[in-house]
Amino acid sequence: MTNSLRIGEARRRKRRMGIVFFVFSLAILLLFTPGTRADDVTTFTFVTARGMEIPIADLIFPTLVGLYLMAGLAALAGIWQFAKGFEHPNAVLGVVAGFFVLAFLTWAARGRSMNMTGMLSSSLLRAVPIALAALSGIMCERSGVVNIGIEGMMLMGAFCAALFGSLGGSVWIGLLAAMLGGGLMAGLLAVLAIRYKVDQIVAGTAINILATGLTSYLSTRYLQVNPALNRPPTFSPIAIPGVASIPIIGPVLFTHTLPVYLTLILVAGIFIMLFYTRWGLRSRAVGEHPRAADTLGVNVFKVRYVNVLLGGLVAGLGGAYLVLASVARFDQLMTAGKGFIGLAAMIFGKWNPIGALGASLIFGFADALQTRLAILAVPIPSQFLLMAPYLVTIIVLAGVVGQSRAPAADGRPYEKE
Amino acid sequence: MPPVLELKGITKRFPGVLANDSIDLTLEEGQVVGLLGENGAGKSTLMNILYGLYNQDEGEIFVRGERAHIEEPNDAIALGIGMVHQHFMLVPVLTVTENVMLGMESTRRFGFLNRQVAARRIRDISDRYGLGVDPEAVIEDLPLGIQQRVEIIKLLYRSADILILDEPTAVLTPQEVSGLFEIIRSLVAQGKSVIFISHKLREVLEISNNIVVLRRGRVVGSTTPEESNERDLAAMMVGRDVILSVPKAAREPEQPVLRVENLYVRGDQDRMAVDGVTFEVWGGEIVGVAGVQGNGQTELVEVLTGLRKSDAGRVTVDGVDVTNAPPRKITEAGTAHIPEDRQRDGLVLAYPIMQNLILNTYYQPPIAKGIRIQEEPMRERAERLVNEYDVRTPSIFTPVGNLSGGNQQKVIVARELSNPVKLTIAAQPTRGLDVGSIEYIHTELVRKRDEGAAVFVVSAELDEVLSLADRILVMFEGRIMGIVPAKTATKEALGLMMAGIKSEGEATNKPDTRREA
Repeated sequence: MTNSLRIGEARRRKRRMGIVFFVFSLAILLLFTPGTRADDVTTFTFVTARGMEIPIADLIFPTLVGLYLMAGLAALAGIWQFAKGFEHPNAVLGVVAGFFVLAFLTWAARGRSMNMTGMLSSSLLRAVPIALAALSGIMCERSGVVNIGIEGMMLMGAFCAALFGSLGGSVWIGLLAAMLGGGLMAGLLAVLAIRYKVDQIVAGTAINILATGLTSYLSTRYLQVNPALNRPPTFSPIAIPGVASIPIIGPVLFTHTLPVYLTLILVAGIFIMLFYTRWGLRSRAVGEHPRAADTLGVNVFKVRYVNVLLGGLVAGLGGAYLVLASVARFDQLMTAGKGFIGLAAMIFGKWNPIGALGASLIFGFADALQTRLAILAVPIPSQFLLMAPYLVTIIVLAGVVGQSRAPAADGRPYEKE
Repeated sequence: MPPVLELKGITKRFPGVLANDSIDLTLEEGQVVGLLGENGAGKSTLMNILYGLYNQDEGEIFVRGERAHIEEPNDAIALGIGMVHQHFMLVPVLTVTENVMLGMESTRRFGFLNRQVAARRIRDISDRYGLGVDPEAVIEDLPLGIQQRVEIIKLLYRSADILILDEPTAVLTPQEVSGLFEIIRSLVAQGKSVIFISHKLREVLEISNNIVVLRRGRVVGSTTPEESNERDLAAMMVGRDVILSVPKAAREPEQPVLRVENLYVRGDQDRMAVDGVTFEVWGGEIVGVAGVQGNGQTELVEVLTGLRKSDAGRVTVDGVDVTNAPPRKITEAGTAHIPEDRQRDGLVLAYPIMQNLILNTYYQPPIAKGIRIQEEPMRERAERLVNEYDVRTPSIFTPVGNLSGGNQQKVIVARELSNPVKLTIAAQPTRGLDVGSIEYIHTELVRKRDEGAAVFVVSAELDEVLSLADRILVMFEGRIMGIVPAKTATKEALGLMMAGIKSEGEATNKPDTRREA
C-alpha cells in the first residue's frame, strides 16, 4: 500500500539529509581532486556584455584550495545536521548542492578561465521559457485542471509569433498573436476537459499532437517556401537605468529584453493573485474541493475556464519568447520539451510561482552550464552533462525533499449533482 | 405568522427510483424539526432540493409564506437557508477564515482579500454562540467536532436563519454531541430554526420540537417527542417491529486467539496512530472497539489484516506469528476480514459476484487447477453461497457494483465467513446499511462467536458496540483507555473514555440505566 511506504518518512529524513550532505562532500573529494594537480589555478572572470564594461578584478585561486574549501563546507553542514539539525534542511540542501556545483566549476575551469557573469545571465535567459511553462501549469492545476498540453500551446504561440510578427512587422503584433494562439489551444483543452470531461491527460496529449502536426505542416508548406513569412522582428535589450550598472547583478538581471522582465513580473503577480486576492482564494478552493466551493455559490466551471485560458495566454507568451526574444524565426518542434520541463519545475516548486521560478533557474543554469562545458572541452560526454540536472531533480524529489502535494482535485472533472 | 419554511408535495425522481414522493414538511420559527429515516429514505435528497443542489420534479417551497424558487445554492443562501453537509464542505488546506469567507469574500480595492475584517466577524459569531473557533487555524489541523462548528459559522456568516444539519452527530463523541445540542439550543433561543437530520432515535427525541419520519421517499409519520418513544419511531422508520438489541446467549471464552503485544503503528501523517497497545481476543467472545473515528482504529485493523506495516510489536493468530505478514498468510492463519470501506478494499465492483466470492481462495483447489481457474467449482460455490447468505441478486454473474450496500456486504460476509475461521475482524460492518441487513450481519457475527471463533469488531456506533460486544475496548489517540465488560459499561463512562478521560472504575460500578430502558 502506498500508505505504508510513507511511514516513518519524516523521522528518517533528518538523518538521510545529513548523509546526503556528506555524500556531496565526498563526491567533491573523490570526483574532482584526483585529476587536479597541485599547481593548477582556476580563474573566474566577470566580463560584461559589450558597451557596458564594469571593471571587476578576475578571481584567481589554486584549484585544490577551492575544492577543499567546498568539500569542507559541505561536510560541516553534514556534521551540523547530525548534531543539531537545520531548521530548513531543504534550503541548506540547496546551498550544499551549490557548493558541489561551484566545486565542479572550479575543477572544470582549472588552468583556464570561466566567465561567471555571462553564465548567470544566460541561465536566466534559458530559465524564462521554462518558468512561463511552469506558470501556465500553475494557473491550470491550482484550479484543478491538469495541463500537459503546455508544450503544444507554446509551439502554437511560437508559430503565431513568427508568422504574425513577420506579417505585421511588429514584435507587439507577434506577441499578441502568440498569446492568442496559446489561448486558442487552451480553449480547446478547457472545452474538452471541463465541458466534455475528457480525461485530461488524453486531452493534453491530443493538443500536443495537434499543435505539432499543425505547426509543422504550416511551416513546411508556407514558411519555408516563403522566407519573408518567417522573419519576425525581435525585442531589443533594455538596460534599466541605475540598477543596470551595479556590478555583476546589473548585467545578470537588468540588461534583458522586455519578455524577461515580463516573466519576472508575472511570477510576482501570479503569486500575489493566488494568495492575496478573491480570484486566488476561489481558484485554490476549486482545485482542492470543488464541491465545497460550489455549495458556497462559486461557479466551479467558470473559475476553471478562466484559469485554463489565462494559462494558455502565459504558455503562448513562452512560445513568443523563443521566437521574438531569441532566434527570430520559427523552427519545427523548436520548444524541444520546454513545456514538459516547465511541468517538472511546477512540481519541484510545489505549485508555487516563486518555487517554480527557483526550479526553472536551476534547470536554466544546468542548460547554460552544459553549453559552457562543451566549450571548455570537459572530458565528459555532453549527453551526460545534459542528463545531470534532471538526474539531480529526480534524486532530490524522490529521496530528500519529500512529497510535493498537488491540489487535491487536480485532474478530476467536476460533475454537478 | 406563516411558518418560516413550508415544503408542499415535493417529488424527485432519479432513474429507476422515486427518491421523494410528495413530501410535506413545516418548520416554525425558533423550532427544531427532526427528520428521521433510514439510509436511502430520501432525507438527504429532500435537503439537497431545499438547498438547490437538486431541483424537484414537482412541489413547491414556501419561505416565510412566500413561494421560493431555488435553482442553485446561491438562491438558498439568499433566502437565508444554510446547510451543514454530512461530509463537511471544507477545504482542508485553507484556514477557517478563508473557508468561511469563500464565495462572499471581504475585499479591499482590486479584489484583494481583507482577512482581518472577516476574521473579526468570525470571532464575533463564535463568541456570540459560544463556538470557540480560532479564525486563523487551518482546517486539517482541527478535530471533526470543531470543523463542524466552522460549518455552522459558515451559515451564520451568511446570515442564514434556517439551518439544515445533515447527520451532524455521525462523527462526534457523546460529549461532543451534547456540546452540539447546547449550540443548537443557543441558536434556536436567538431565533434561528433548525432541521435536524438523523437516523439516531434518541438524539432526535432529545433535540426536536417536531419529528417527521421518512421511509422509501414518503412521509410515514409526524409526531412530537412527548407523544412518541424509540420503539414506535423505529417501527415507523423500518415499517415493522425491530429488535433493537442483538439476542445472544452467555458464553465462556475458551482460549486466546488474537494476541497483540506492544503494537506501534505510524499513520499517514507520520504521527503514532497506534501507540503501544496490548490486548487479546479469545475464542468465543466478541471484542468491540469504541472510539471516535481517527483514534487509530483504522490503522490497527490495517495492521492486523496485513494492509499496513507496524513499527514495533507482535501480532499472533492462534499461535502463528503474523506480525507484518502479507495478507494471504494472515488469511491462511484463519483470519476473516470485513473491511471498513467495502467498495474500495472489499470488492472488485466491476467483477461479477461469482468472482468476488473467490478472491481469497482462487489459488487453491478445487477452484484452481494448475494455473487455470475451474469454471464449474467456482460457479457451484457461488450458487451455494448466494443461497446460504441470502444475497438478493438476479444472478451470480451480476457485477457486484450493481447490488445494494446491504447485499454487497453480504457478498463479503459470505466470502470471508464461509471458510473455517478462527478470527473475524470486522471494521464498521454495518455502516450505511438498512436495518434488515444490520440484523443479518449481527446475527452472523454472533454465530461465529458461538462456533468458537474470536470476533473483533470496530464500530463508530456506540450502540452497536454496546449491544454486540462481550468486552469493549476504548481507543483514544492510539492508546487503549480501558477494556470493560459490555454488561457493566454505560454510555456516559465510555463517552468520557472516548474523549480521553480515564474512568474505568465508574464504568464498572454504575448500573446501566439507558440500555434497560
